[in-house]
Amino acid sequence: MSIFLAQLLTGLAYGMLYFMIAAGLTIILGVMNVVNLAHGTLFMLGAYIVFTFISDELNFWIALLISVLLTAVLGIILEKLLIKHVYGKELEQVLLTFGLSFIIADVVKWIWGTEMQTLPVPALLDASLSIGEMVFPLYRLFVVFIGCLLALLLWYLESKTRIGAIIRAGVDDRAMVGALGINVGLVFTGVFAFGAALAGLSGALGGPLIGMYTGMDNEILVTSLIVVVIGGLGSWKGSFISAILVGVIETFGKVWFPSLSMLIVFLIMMVVLIIRPQGLFGREVA
Amino acid sequence: MLYVQGLSTHIGKIQILHSIDLHVHQGEIVSIIGANGAGKSTLLNTLAGLYFPSTGKVTLEGEVISGLPAHKVVRKGLSLVPEGRQIFSNLTVKENLLLGMYSRYYKEKNQAKDHIEMILDMFPSLKKHIDNLGGNLSGGEQQMLAIGRGLMSKPKIILLDEPSMGLAPKIVNEILEILMRIKKEMGTMIILVEQNVKAALKVADRVYVMEQGNIALHGTPEEISMNPQVKSAYLGIKMTS
Repeated sequence: MSIFLAQLLTGLAYGMLYFMIAAGLTIILGVMNVVNLAHGTLFMLGAYIVFTFISDELNFWIALLISVLLTAVLGIILEKLLIKHVYGKELEQVLLTFGLSFIIADVVKWIWGTEMQTLPVPALLDASLSIGEMVFPLYRLFVVFIGCLLALLLWYLESKTRIGAIIRAGVDDRAMVGALGINVGLVFTGVFAFGAALAGLSGALGGPLIGMYTGMDNEILVTSLIVVVIGGLGSWKGSFISAILVGVIETFGKVWFPSLSMLIVFLIMMVVLIIRPQGLFGREVA
Repeated sequence: MLYVQGLSTHIGKIQILHSIDLHVHQGEIVSIIGANGAGKSTLLNTLAGLYFPSTGKVTLEGEVISGLPAHKVVRKGLSLVPEGRQIFSNLTVKENLLLGMYSRYYKEKNQAKDHIEMILDMFPSLKKHIDNLGGNLSGGEQQMLAIGRGLMSKPKIILLDEPSMGLAPKIVNEILEILMRIKKEMGTMIILVEQNVKAALKVADRVYVMEQGNIALHGTPEEISMNPQVKSAYLGIKMTS
């Protein structure tokens, strides 16, 4: 029983990590109709930025904040200089963001090298919790807590604030938002920066969990795209449920069917797409 | 007063509007009629800043608004109620209305409630749906919400694109009466684009007839309705020689 519980908590921790990155991806997709294939590299960058500042004797929490801010600033720069020119052009978006992912990944290799790095768990959370005869790292529970906190924050922003109403309106009808006196360009920049910041946050928190290595960006991007597709394009609530689903299934899959764990996740995605092409929480498109 | 002088608009390489001249006086309803593809919606979208004009000038109360992006045009006092209503279906009626006053929100945050009350007085059928999603309203209620949302920014001029489209005659009459009330009580200038020519003539002070991106005719509803071309093309009255 305790093994089952430990696996479940591990699955939840990974699920929350997937949710944090997928939330940014799905919000950008929902509001801006942009599939950001460079999202995984922003995740990787988030981890490496924390690694750099911790190496410079900075506290993990300050490094985390710097990482989130820097990825947000990078998001603003990318949107203003590049992304804004490819709105409504799907193929160009894919090529641009895919190209950006290669460039950022190569910059990461150039600055930090290609060896696998480990990001230390912050001292405050470097402890374990006993569950029966199992020992469970406290840091993983912290990741679950942050994921739930983010979900609460997104719910509050979406349903209780004007910016949330604007974002929901943008998902509904982008053109009309501008016709109401709302600066759509500014909204898009803000949304992209927020999405990038979430990628940076998830990278910073994911570093101690999954390690840091070149290629982690592609792996996390594929997983987060699966999460977004299962949850429904543009729905962060859908991403929350599907991220937990993917995290738990993947974790149990690695224990029970080590060679098939990812295949099971893909099969679930295929089943969801056959039954509900718009995803679990996506809205039907006429 | 709204002045439009020599307004031309291209969409891509195709010229849609050809040197349009029109004006709207304070507290006046101006109807624009014309066949499908005459450029009526393009004209409204250009005035609203959704398309940029290639030539010409638009002034509202002496201020040049042509060439400004849509969000700045709204702040200058022009509001668009687009074709097909385009209300936000996953927002409540109240949220839709509040987004309508976005351009004035920070100045008049405390009056938001009063603004909404004023709109609900004008559209009583929206009152009972205030917390319902916009997508759950009937076509007529959605049109009323779209007009109400357009009025939330307290515009100097409101542009309505085909408000009668797809609505029952009874609802169309209700909407026309509301437009008369808006003109009378708020003094708002109104440009009404309609394919329902009888409805357009019924409420208008002046009428412009558009054909292939040009203003073909201009006059009072009486003058326009007596015009032989209008009679045969739009009012279905066959002319006998």
